Amino acid sequence: MAGRRSALHAFIIKEMRHILRDRQTLTILLLLPLAMVVLFGYALRNDISDVRLAVVDPTPDYATIALRSRFAGNPRFGIVATSQTTNLLEPLFRRGGADLALIFPPRFAESLSHGVPTRLLLIGDASDPNTGSTMAAYATAVIASYQAELGATGQAVRIIPQLRMRFNPTLESVNLFVPGLIALVLTLITALMTAISLSREKERGTLEILLVSPLHPWQIILGKVVPYLLLALGNVVTALVAAWAVFHVPFRGSLTLLLLSSVLYSMVGLAFGVLIAALTSSQRAAMLGALVGTMLPSALLSGMIFPIASLPGWLRAVTYIVPARWFIVISRGIMLKGVGVAYLWKELAVLTVMLTVLLIAAVRSFNPRLA
Amino acid sequence: MTDQPVQRSGSPLEVRGISRRFEETVALADVSFDVKAGELFGLVGPDGAGKTTLFRILTTLLVPDSGSAKVLGLDVVRDLWAIRARVGYMPGRFSLYPDLSVEENLSFFASVFGTSIDEGRAIIAPIYQQIEPFKDRRAGALSGGMKQKLALCCALVHRPEILFLDEPTTGVDAVSRREFWDLLGTLKASGLPILASTAYMDEATRCDRVALIQQGHVLAVDPPAAIAARYPHPLIAVHANERHKLIQALRDYPHAKSVYPFGDEIHYSDARTGIAPDNIVQELRAYLTGRGFTDVRANSIPAGVEDAFMELMGQPEPVVKVAA
Amino acid sequence: MTAAIDVKDLTRRFGSFTAVDSISFDVRQGEVFGFLGANGAGKTTATKMLIGLLAPTSGQASVAGFDVSTRADDVRRHIGYMSQRFSLYEDLTVRENITLYGGIYGLTDAEIRDRGEALIRELHLESSSAERVESLPLGWKQKLAFSVAMLHQPAVVFLDEPTGGVDPITRRQFWEMIYTVAERGTTVFVTTHYLDEAEYCDRISIMVDGRIAAMGTPIEVKQKFGAATLDEVFVRLVRPAGTQTPQHT
Repeated sequence: MAGRRSALHAFIIKEMRHILRDRQTLTILLLLPLAMVVLFGYALRNDISDVRLAVVDPTPDYATIALRSRFAGNPRFGIVATSQTTNLLEPLFRRGGADLALIFPPRFAESLSHGVPTRLLLIGDASDPNTGSTMAAYATAVIASYQAELGATGQAVRIIPQLRMRFNPTLESVNLFVPGLIALVLTLITALMTAISLSREKERGTLEILLVSPLHPWQIILGKVVPYLLLALGNVVTALVAAWAVFHVPFRGSLTLLLLSSVLYSMVGLAFGVLIAALTSSQRAAMLGALVGTMLPSALLSGMIFPIASLPGWLRAVTYIVPARWFIVISRGIMLKGVGVAYLWKELAVLTVMLTVLLIAAVRSFNPRLA
Repeated sequence: MTDQPVQRSGSPLEVRGISRRFEETVALADVSFDVKAGELFGLVGPDGAGKTTLFRILTTLLVPDSGSAKVLGLDVVRDLWAIRARVGYMPGRFSLYPDLSVEENLSFFASVFGTSIDEGRAIIAPIYQQIEPFKDRRAGALSGGMKQKLALCCALVHRPEILFLDEPTTGVDAVSRREFWDLLGTLKASGLPILASTAYMDEATRCDRVALIQQGHVLAVDPPAAIAARYPHPLIAVHANERHKLIQALRDYPHAKSVYPFGDEIHYSDARTGIAPDNIVQELRAYLTGRGFTDVRANSIPAGVEDAFMELMGQPEPVVKVAA
Repeated sequence: MTAAIDVKDLTRRFGSFTAVDSISFDVRQGEVFGFLGANGAGKTTATKMLIGLLAPTSGQASVAGFDVSTRADDVRRHIGYMSQRFSLYEDLTVRENITLYGGIYGLTDAEIRDRGEALIRELHLESSSAERVESLPLGWKQKLAFSVAMLHQPAVVFLDEPTGGVDPITRRQFWEMIYTVAERGTTVFVTTHYLDEAEYCDRISIMVDGRIAAMGTPIEVKQKFGAATLDEVFVRLVRPAGTQTPQHT
């Protein structure tokens, strides 16, 4: 066998050469794992660094102030609001302004000094996955250490934290996932399929005939895009029906608003798909480009699986340009919190701006000539 | 179909000094020719000669590096939308939708031009009748010859004022090719100017005029008969009992200019000038019989387009040299 | 001497459609055999069966002495194949393609080196041997592809429309290469759309609707049909008088 080059060996060398010489695909394939390592590394954390705490203290006294200052001094918490009544809590939660609320009973210190087991109410916003129980655990730890401090001075104190999880009381993970899944499905159908469809037309050669006709680029784009838009909406409805019928995921808000928001988000995905098809030269590169450029950020950086709050600062900044991030706030808001445009206008506005920018870029990138 | 009156002056197609390169390769170098009204004009040359690049420039899909071209009096760079509404284009390799039926393909392309199959029925009739029995079949399931006819219908259905066909007969059998060119003859008779490219030399004779093109350069522009008539050497068709040895023997002959097989004959051209073809015929008969060949036949023949092309193109090189 | 290719009642059906209908012929060693037919006549299907890519529905065929149904692997090892649609990898260089195919067919490093050098010299590709195949003109690609198909010195070589779109001079140079290998004893099975090339073959066959409608030397076939050229014979067979379209597409 000496000196005889094996057929397998020859074939392997050939495949390596093909890969190395397809520059576009190679770039994506090298960057993709790197991106995934970085993203997963940073995103895959369970510790949360910035719990926004709202405090309700009807009768401030030395004990409440002491405990409040423990929280204020703890780097994991930031006190965003203090009030003597619970009136502000509901709007604050709906707006997404606070992650956790600490509610003292009246005459807290007095109750403690009598040695009576005193209840402290902790309310968490559990529409964000994972964070609910984690935040409660942090808070409980702070409370427990305060209790231990008091006990060390000889007093018998007992503080019992009671947990309530708003919007998702039983912390059903399916409730948390469905709004995110809708975003992922829409991204798949719009960005990925449009990119593939357009680049396939280019590869097949039929694009040439379409170009040598009175059709303007925007007409070709629209013709490609509308069927996928309808398909996307159909999928949203199917997903919702399945979620509701099989998993009893709640739907507390307006269906119309969710569908309209889905249209908006789908159009962002479609514009993205057109842009990717225009920038790549083969179907394979278009597909990879769509996966890396849209699916990956939508899955990892949108808050769908990993909480944005647990990302490092610079990565959190990146999430601002991921459309899915904004859409998930909208879909969670509508489905789990039952809020409407009044609370979601900011996110809707961001998506509209993104759509406008991408549409202009997509139409301009579509060359009415071949080169 | 047209919504503005258009200045129509000169020929339907005027090409002036078109050049185009892609990175290191020269695709077209200073190409010039005209196509007259009602003419069937052939662009004849092998693959890689630049035919497709030229078609793309003329249908406004690419911009030339230098030179200019006018289609129906409109400039290919400036007036692209006006041109695109008026031309029929059949790019190479059957650009059809394989998962749509024959009729669906046709009605799609009709609607893209703002018309319908009914409006175009008259002009596509002679071609469509050959594929109409299969109108519900998916285009992907048609044979090569059928696909080609469908593609032609799709290019014609909107009643264009000029037709561009890029290698319409490639990959199709000899009989379908012949039928296709018969159809082109019928179309031309109705006054439609047609520019068709081909790598098959024998199709050149079906055109009114041809441009021979090789590696981006035009070798000649003339009616095929005129090009053939300009062949500069005496040409003899030779036949003997053993073809391969015959070619060798003829190449050994001291006065041979070129020796090439043509079907069941060998075309021998002589390097000498001023000698009568009949003398050459005698010489060759004697020479070959002397070399032991039997059944020797030789006679003087007029040159054809293929002979002329081979004479003009010179020896092929493995590397396309880029002009400095 | 056993025939290089021996076909008996070879048939292939796809569902209810019979693509190849019980064809029989043989090709002698060292012969240049032209396999002609219109598109859809069954040429491609028949060829695929002979090179071991498709199993016959019934009938037998042996190529280079091996049965195509039972010894397909051996068939593939002893034949060369070149098609117009694909032959060499465009993004590999001339040398890399040679090394690849040499390796696939189990040649030693020394054999690859020596035969590769000889090949490059014969084709005058010395200055282009490190260029990617995609930058070669079509005619040179085809000549190179043919040489590479012959690298492992097969007994039979199958050429599928090898000269489509190639310039007329290179086409003839290609056929001289075919003659050279045939003289050395290789059997050449070639399909082509150029009917003038059909005249270059020792024998030809013409397939119509899955059956062989004519076979013999070019002269025999022309005489039988009373035609001056094979072109005329072809037209007569493929379009019997009166029909415009083929019976099936």
